[in-house]
Amino acid sequence: MLQAGAKKLCPLLRSVCAVKRAHIPRVLQARPLSTGLGGYTPTDSVGSDGSEVRPQFPGATASWTHELEFVNADRYNGIPIYRVMDRDGKIIRPEEEPKIPDGTLVEMYKKMTLLNTMDKILYESQRQGRISFYMTNYGEEGTHMGSAAALKPEDFVYGQYRESGVLMYRGFTLDQFMNQCYGNEMDEGKGRQMPVHYGSPALNFSTISSPLATQMPQAVGTAYAFKRNQEDRCVICYFGEGSSSEGDAHAAFNFAAVLDTPVIFFCRNNGYAISTPTREQYRGDGVASRGPAYGIASIRVDGNDTLAVYNATAAARHKAVTENKPVLIEAMTYRIGHHSTSDDSSAYRSVDEVRYWDSTDHPIARMRLYLSHKGLWDEGKERDWKNSAKKQVMESFQQAEKRPIANWENMFTDVYQELPPHLETQMKSMRDHMKEYGKHYPATSDKK
Amino acid sequence: MATIRSIARHIKPGWKVAGVHCQKAAIRCASHFTYFPDTVSEAQGETTRMNLFQAVNNALDTALTTDSTAVVFGEDVGFGGVFRCTVGLQDKHGADRVFNTPLCEQGIAAFGIGLAAAGATAIAEIQFADYIYPAFDQIVNEGSKFRYRSGGQFNCGKLTLRAPCMAVGHGALYHSQSPEAFFAHVPGIKVVIPRGPIKAKGLLLSCIRDPNPCVFFEPKVLYRSAVEEVPVAEYTEPIGKADVLVEGDDVTLVGWGTQVHVLREVADLAAERLSVSCEVIDLVSILPWDRETVMKSVMKTGRCLVSHEAPLTGGFGAELAATIQSECFLNMEAPVQRVTGHDTPFPLAYEPFYMPTKWRCLEAVKKLVNY
Repeated sequence: MLQAGAKKLCPLLRSVCAVKRAHIPRVLQARPLSTGLGGYTPTDSVGSDGSEVRPQFPGATASWTHELEFVNADRYNGIPIYRVMDRDGKIIRPEEEPKIPDGTLVEMYKKMTLLNTMDKILYESQRQGRISFYMTNYGEEGTHMGSAAALKPEDFVYGQYRESGVLMYRGFTLDQFMNQCYGNEMDEGKGRQMPVHYGSPALNFSTISSPLATQMPQAVGTAYAFKRNQEDRCVICYFGEGSSSEGDAHAAFNFAAVLDTPVIFFCRNNGYAISTPTREQYRGDGVASRGPAYGIASIRVDGNDTLAVYNATAAARHKAVTENKPVLIEAMTYRIGHHSTSDDSSAYRSVDEVRYWDSTDHPIARMRLYLSHKGLWDEGKERDWKNSAKKQVMESFQQAEKRPIANWENMFTDVYQELPPHLETQMKSMRDHMKEYGKHYPATSDKK
Repeated sequence: MATIRSIARHIKPGWKVAGVHCQKAAIRCASHFTYFPDTVSEAQGETTRMNLFQAVNNALDTALTTDSTAVVFGEDVGFGGVFRCTVGLQDKHGADRVFNTPLCEQGIAAFGIGLAAAGATAIAEIQFADYIYPAFDQIVNEGSKFRYRSGGQFNCGKLTLRAPCMAVGHGALYHSQSPEAFFAHVPGIKVVIPRGPIKAKGLLLSCIRDPNPCVFFEPKVLYRSAVEEVPVAEYTEPIGKADVLVEGDDVTLVGWGTQVHVLREVADLAAERLSVSCEVIDLVSILPWDRETVMKSVMKTGRCLVSHEAPLTGGFGAELAATIQSECFLNMEAPVQRVTGHDTPFPLAYEPFYMPTKWRCLEAVKKLVNY
């Protein structure tokens, strides 16, 4: 019935189209589809024998079907996880081994372990009440270092909060990390944000903020600006699998695809968003499977395989920069540490589960084995580096702790570029108050 | 567009377009204000007649012409916008500079923040101020705090968000809102509302060029009904500066957007019927707002009426009233009066009863002088 009706309508439709076309000015007819004038023109929908050829709906390009069949919503055998080396640090297929210079490989490993050392010391310092808050990177060091090494220094980074390794790879110093965590007078963020909310214009790393996923559509805007400037740079945007449930993630994926922007979405899927397991986060095939639904090229990698992360990111960068297209990378990993210092993860997962990942599938251990096979690392180097790393971290830590916080007047600046009259009044009022009651407040340095 | 067209349908030949000269039977359809056009001095050079949407379009055209990084985007801006504010801009400046986005306000605001963070001038449109709330998180937690939280290392100062606001006659709950008070509580952004085409052009250019993120609300009922001679050349108007439109001695009337025109009529009515001399102030800028101009006026008159379309409780009138009373206490002859929308959602059929009409305002003036 349906078909018969549709056939009947067709000649009519064809004649309407013909009339319409005749009235379209020549200039508009010649206009390419991408100018924003719709981009949809019904083509001849009737074959030479009078039968319908293709559906003409503007919303999708598809063929007809005569079977009533839902697209299977069950999880199929998911998108495969790309790997370059096995758990013993052995390359699986030689042609997949990235050509990273030896010096860079050693640097990557050293920074993974330096990050690990810093995490241990700052975590402990929070337990002792010396800093107010901390979040470790345990188990995810490979995602940071593998992706950071595959980018160019001018590529711009938007992160969530568990990507300190990217900053470390780019040259953020231990002093800079420590000063931020202590919010002391040397902190470039002027002591205004919670610990681990780092940022650095010199290293093209946007300052971290707490609201989840907000950075995702922002990254798309920055990438669009790069595209317009015809700069040979892309944007990488890191986020966790929990963040991917936010509305801003949806906005970001869709805007990135529709506006053709050179952005790499890098999802750290570590199995948990605080206490929430992925089973309660989504029911699809993780995050990677959403990419194609937005028209985004997507891949899933072993996040504990630093070389696989490197390869995927390097290829994504190439695609983003040369084609002005977004790419989605989902790095499968496991959050070995607690969510933060305010969390005891044993309340919602077993110690055995954590131990499994820490002891049998850890990105640092695997990278170390790989370097050993290549003759780039050995026991002696490991011992020396561990001692050196610990010493560097401790020195920086002690110095940061000694520094006072900046002058309280920094509380009022940078709200706007200028200090508006009402804020000037409030600052003056506080200044008068401090003259009288200053002894009841903590000391600050004179540094503004 | 549908909104404006249907207004036009209600206005019969012989009526003043946004006028009050309706017969009793036509009160239901009458506009609640009479537009008082602004004028400019001859020193500002050549002028041309423009309504508010044309003035906005002119400012956007200027921004795009003078700044190669500037881009204009939002829902349906490509073909000219549902209120015609972006007409012709895509043809003139290119589809990479004036373009549609997917229908997603949080995405629009954030995309603009990201553009601005990269140093581009981002001019985003939210189709109605009523639909700005999905972007509230991006504006309040992100855009406004971008500079502060990074210690001044990053900023998104080149972002401007434009949105049509306020009553339109029959916009009901979601095409009538005045959300400025929500944003007045957000350190780090500027919030600006013009009263007509001349102010709109100059203020919008100021917002676009201001080194801080700005929210620019355009009273949509004025898009077509407000017409005046607007300077052709480019110019800016100061943000954070109120305008004294009518000088007076007995009562200060403060409002913004469309309500300024209601207050100007109230001043005329008060002079006529009560022999009361009113000073009318357009606040223009909600954040930061011009304390000096308002205080100076209230110190002189000793009485103040604040009027806005948004609901009373938590409305920006409360901020004004509290500040006036703490700064001008010894000069006050009567408590500050607030005439505003009621603490209800904005209704359809009851709009004439919801609005802070000139009659409600006149009654408040009476109370102020008889206190």
